[in-house]
Amino acid sequence: MTAPATPATAFPRSSRFVLAQRGTVGNAVFFSLCTVAGITVLVIVLAVIAQLVADARLSLQAFGIGFLTSVTWDPVAEQFGALPFIYGTVVSSLLAMLIAVPLSIGAAIFLVEITRGWTRTVLSFLIEALAAVPSVVYGVWGIFVLVPWLLAHVAEPLAERWGETVPFLAPPAIGPSMLSAAVILAIMTIPIITSVTRDILLAIPRMQREAAYALGSTRWEAIRIVLGSGRWGIFGAMILGLGRALGETMAVTMVIGNDPSIHASILQPAYTLASVIANEFTEATTPLYLSALVEIGLVLLLTTLVVNIIARLLVWSLARRYRQA
Amino acid sequence: MESGTTLSAGMRAERRLRPSRWTELRRRLANMVAMTLISLATVVVLIPLGAVLWYTIGEGISGLTWDFFTHLPTPVGEPGGGMANAIVGSGIVVGLAALVAIPIGILAGIFINEYARARLATVIRFLTEVMLGLPSIVLGIFAYAVIVKPMGRFSAYAGAVALSIVMLPIVIKTTEEILHLVPQHIREAGLALGIPQWAVVVRIVLRAAARGIVTGILLAVARAAGETAPLLFTALNNRFWHAGLDQPIATLPVQIFTYAVAPYDDWHRQAWAGALVLIMLVLVLSILLRLVVSRTTFDSEQ
Repeated sequence: MTAPATPATAFPRSSRFVLAQRGTVGNAVFFSLCTVAGITVLVIVLAVIAQLVADARLSLQAFGIGFLTSVTWDPVAEQFGALPFIYGTVVSSLLAMLIAVPLSIGAAIFLVEITRGWTRTVLSFLIEALAAVPSVVYGVWGIFVLVPWLLAHVAEPLAERWGETVPFLAPPAIGPSMLSAAVILAIMTIPIITSVTRDILLAIPRMQREAAYALGSTRWEAIRIVLGSGRWGIFGAMILGLGRALGETMAVTMVIGNDPSIHASILQPAYTLASVIANEFTEATTPLYLSALVEIGLVLLLTTLVVNIIARLLVWSLARRYRQA
Repeated sequence: MESGTTLSAGMRAERRLRPSRWTELRRRLANMVAMTLISLATVVVLIPLGAVLWYTIGEGISGLTWDFFTHLPTPVGEPGGGMANAIVGSGIVVGLAALVAIPIGILAGIFINEYARARLATVIRFLTEVMLGLPSIVLGIFAYAVIVKPMGRFSAYAGAVALSIVMLPIVIKTTEEILHLVPQHIREAGLALGIPQWAVVVRIVLRAAARGIVTGILLAVARAAGETAPLLFTALNNRFWHAGLDQPIATLPVQIFTYAVAPYDDWHRQAWAGALVLIMLVLVLSILLRLVVSRTTFDSEQ
């Protein structure tokens, strides 16, 4: 019940019964074509899940639930556990959210509440351009520019200053690391969080702001009221960004260091679910190895599926509330 | 106020409730701080875009030689060479994917908006959103399972299947959204003239929505052209021209990735050049897209 309302422009109900109308063959053929195409979406989503489950069966049978909790990833001994990758994926994505969320919400507020006219158009366009840059380009920039810069100006100073006392920042600081991955993921998720948040802020009725100003609010106080009304939608935008971060592959693979062990320090290399598939899929020589990689894909798929569904429901329910109001 | 000698109860209450000067100051300060932070956040968000463009152009421009577009890669250690095969390969794989995704996507968009009952439309619309969020690498695994494994080898076809699943939800979503904007009276006018419904959709509604649908196609092509992950183990890579569509094929993003993570300076230069080509392609498509969108308007009255 959280989905948007029926499109107002659909054909009148009577005409939907196309076959009962003055029967033209064209109607029947075209209707069937469209129906098949529409159902394709459902078929593909189900087929992807079914295929991955089928191909992961070997690994599911061999390791059971222990697959998710084992830290051993040893292709030679055919012992496979996904915990280092789950850890790497979750931690890098959450760190990315820590950076991306405040910046995105700030930028969205700026776009909606502060600028108008052509500045808003240009800024929106630039943020969309940021989203359009291919992952592999961020990866190239990440390897050659971001990683050395972060190492010299962020990671090493942090390790020197806090390394002794804070285990998350323990030295040695290494270029390709969890931190580098988090920063690149933040850059890549900012556009989506910003644009969804912007749309939500735009959907909230003007009246709320006008009421706040009429009571003598400052601009910030009015914005806080608007943010309060949109909080669940904005939360949805965050989760949507999280989903993107969890599944992001190329840029992360290029900057995270690809080390299948768990380090407490974010200044050291890690590995993610998506990266291990990207790196090792063509090298997987035995059926069990391949199956273990498919199971990692399955874990990734189910996680992002759940995250996306939650996010969409949140965003949709908010949009719907204000459309009907 | 005029008499000034005795305050009514209401006025006394108002004086008591009126915020002190300090509260006023704090509110104004909070406002200033918040506005500064918000503006600052916007600037920070735009820095990476500037940095990526700056470095890609700066590092990539020197590698953009005539050879880059016309030559095959040279063996390791031998300088020169280009990415001609990868550029053509990307065109082929994205083209094949578009051949599949565009017609299905448009028809599915029509189904959602013109035919499906409300509940089914909602379900499909929701699944489209979900599909949009699936990690592309997982789609690569799927294409590997359904095409590469039965065929016994990596191929352009497998890459195209993976990319078509990437493109499909984008085409569906934009088609459906734009059809939703086409005013109802256009359909009613067509039906009133006795035109069959399919012809109303194809000849009238689709024509009105053409610009918007083109937007969706451009968006999908731009997205697919930059995708790397689903091609790694479907199209694989090829140092030479492809030997048929059922054979491994080089693509620009995969070639950029391979070169960037290799330890050779010459390859790094080429990776930057490839990145520049890719980013230019995407930016040109997005600008094109903006132009198309900004001209798509329908009369707002329903």
